[in-house]
Amino acid sequence: MFGYYLDLALRSLKRSPGLTALMMLAIGFGVAASMTTWSVFRGVSGDPIPWKSAQLFVPQIDSWGPSQKSGAGLHEPPDALAYADAIALMHDRRAALQSAIYAVAPTVLPAGEGRSPIPVFGFGVYGEFFPMLDVPFRYGSGWQAGDDGDGAPVIVISDALNRQVFGGGNSVGRNIDLDGRDYRVTGVLKPWNPQPMFFDVVDTGGFGGNGPDVFVPLQRAIASGMENAGAVNCPKGVQPGAGYAGLQKSNCVWLAYMVELDDESAVQNYRQYLDNYASVQQKLGRFDWPPNNRLRDMRAFLDHEHVVPDDTRVSLLVALGLLLVCLVNTAGLMLAKFLRRSGEIGVRRALGASRRAIHAQFLTEAAVIGVGGSALGLLLTAIGVFAVNRMLPPRLAELARIEPALLLLTVVVAIAASVLAGLYPTFRAARVQPAWQLKTN
Amino acid sequence: MEIRPILASLRKHRIPAVLIVLEIALACAVLCNAVFMIGQRVADIHMRNAIDERGISVLTLNGADPARAAADIPRNLAALHGIAGVKAVATTTGMPLDTDAAVTGFTITPEGKSSVNTAEYFIGSDGEQALGLRLLQGRYFNADEYADSGLDGFKSTAHVMLVTESDARRLWPGQSALGKRLYSDNASWTVIGVVADVLAQEPAFSGGGGRYSSVFFPLRPQVELSNYVLRSAPQDRERIVREAVQVLGKLEPAAVVEGKTYEAMRAEYFADTSSMAWMLVLVCVVMLAVTAFGIVGLTSFWVQQRQRQIGIRRAIGATRGHILGYFRTENFLLSTAGVLVGMGLAFGINLYLMMHYEVSRMPWYYLPGGAIALWLLGQFAVLGPALRAAAVPPVVATRSG
Repeated sequence: MFGYYLDLALRSLKRSPGLTALMMLAIGFGVAASMTTWSVFRGVSGDPIPWKSAQLFVPQIDSWGPSQKSGAGLHEPPDALAYADAIALMHDRRAALQSAIYAVAPTVLPAGEGRSPIPVFGFGVYGEFFPMLDVPFRYGSGWQAGDDGDGAPVIVISDALNRQVFGGGNSVGRNIDLDGRDYRVTGVLKPWNPQPMFFDVVDTGGFGGNGPDVFVPLQRAIASGMENAGAVNCPKGVQPGAGYAGLQKSNCVWLAYMVELDDESAVQNYRQYLDNYASVQQKLGRFDWPPNNRLRDMRAFLDHEHVVPDDTRVSLLVALGLLLVCLVNTAGLMLAKFLRRSGEIGVRRALGASRRAIHAQFLTEAAVIGVGGSALGLLLTAIGVFAVNRMLPPRLAELARIEPALLLLTVVVAIAASVLAGLYPTFRAARVQPAWQLKTN
Repeated sequence: MEIRPILASLRKHRIPAVLIVLEIALACAVLCNAVFMIGQRVADIHMRNAIDERGISVLTLNGADPARAAADIPRNLAALHGIAGVKAVATTTGMPLDTDAAVTGFTITPEGKSSVNTAEYFIGSDGEQALGLRLLQGRYFNADEYADSGLDGFKSTAHVMLVTESDARRLWPGQSALGKRLYSDNASWTVIGVVADVLAQEPAFSGGGGRYSSVFFPLRPQVELSNYVLRSAPQDRERIVREAVQVLGKLEPAAVVEGKTYEAMRAEYFADTSSMAWMLVLVCVVMLAVTAFGIVGLTSFWVQQRQRQIGIRRAIGATRGHILGYFRTENFLLSTAGVLVGMGLAFGINLYLMMHYEVSRMPWYYLPGGAIALWLLGQFAVLGPALRAAAVPPVVATRSG
């Protein structure tokens, strides 16, 4: 029967090609324009990796206690981790991927006569940092897991530093002099300067700079005394002991931390794990307060740190508004098309079609329009994204990725909306007595 | 034009009428807010900036030798000054709207708390001329102040500073800022001059009140002065940037030199903002087009459904103009209802955004503006179907079914 309805639907659509085209255009435009703008707006709305930000989380552990409560309201734990906590979390490795992060500012001495030292900026991280954040490599890759523990002298350098020191090209395996020690290059990045620098907003303030130049294993950086170039926050009245060792023993917070948790149960488990960890610290006497932890996803954390400008996010609502306008218009057109066919319905009813059959036929037709419009929408989205890639600055265009799940949802919504719009006139038409309908027309 | 028969007929077709009203209301609400957002972005892009934007070119030097900066910078400046057409040249640590913001909170009492991130610029001697600052009160730094001022951390060891007129008004309303002191972390500086408003390094980062919150400190030649600012006639800039990059590249072989005009720098800073504005324009165009499609579709349906009635009206004496007028008036009534609902909706959305996001209040004239746009759109969209209706010949009345 479905095949027959499909045939009827196609015939009917062919009979009024103008209106059909209008309906499909409205749906297509709605889907395409809202998807394209949504993806661009998402790109600039302070989420540098929209395709993954929902899986990235920032753990916060209250290592200061309620006496440090500032202002009214709920006591917030500090926004970075103390060394002891960061290392303990790294040791337990309870997330799919994780890395402690701290900012460094070493000096690179290029090989060759008469070249002056280059002050660079970068981060001490763990090897999992690179796959976790989808860091793009031009040559090579991050270092092996073993290098983290051994504190091996390995390094990942930026495209700019590669050009500056080695004159470009594949320099994987070559050595670079960092603070007077040789580090073996395991990877060269593509230009990578996410704004905000989401993995360490506390140290970088989020924006600015030309992007990190170097990444070295965190343990190696600490062992060779590479000082923290970012913010150090200490509880009131606490002065860390002398030197780096003192800072490591203190409760001052200076390490950023990020974990990847792939689903809701992983998030729950990690929350539980953090609370257990804090309880153990309480039992050990390090904390004399109950666990007070946070596990915000990346975007919530950026929000918490007031890094994301608000107005860009408002634009997302505009994209949604556009989709809504398009769907309402489609519904209107669909209504126009179906309401004028009461005569046809009368004939079919008189010939013995049940109401159910009428519903099935018209809903099939509505679905055909929805599917056709959505297909057009997908095509237009592809064109839109292509145009965006050509027209927008490359950094932005790179961010304008289409999320398959979201696209699918939009298509489903579009089809559902057209079917819904088909429902009312069908219902009305199917209810009327066939004889009366035949007579009036 | 008689309105009562129109209303009567609309009452019989409630659902399509409600749909048209809804279409117009939604379009009006989204349009008002989107245009308002475009307007704000355009205003951002055109924020005034009291430096000689059209005459400045900027060279950035990365990787210079810190130990030799004190000697190298004066040498570099002299060489750059030798390029034909360069009127003034100086070094700074940063430029308004570059991406490397240095910001600090300053207060007017030693213990105060600051709510504004103030952009800091450290300028080498002649910095005021190279930037083209406009002095409103007081004086610029003298040679001694330039020579004696260093950096401790990223804090000036100078005792003097310049502030902008906005800050002068914000911090000391109704008083002269000259001779007043500003504090930050146990250090303090005396204001010796007030300059016209210079944009903060990163307005987004300085908060709403900090858009023009900038201070200037003198700084003796040292490696942090990595921007070379060259001032020239606008038409010479391209050539000067090219030559200056060569000159500086030869003098500092180990460092990386990049040069661009200040206008290019500004355009780069606002690139995101302007792409956003263009995307919003695209949204508006698509939305208006779709709304017009919707109106055309529904009205065509109507016209087709009422062929017979139109024929009868024509047969009993209505002119084509009457029929045309009928559909246009009908559309006008529906549009009016739509824009009334839409303006309320637009206002509501704006209120919601104000509550939940940092969006300012939409000026009232956006509402009637959006309303007029949709009235016109409605009249334009209805024209095609209405003309088709007017073309229905009276003889239709005599045909059955």
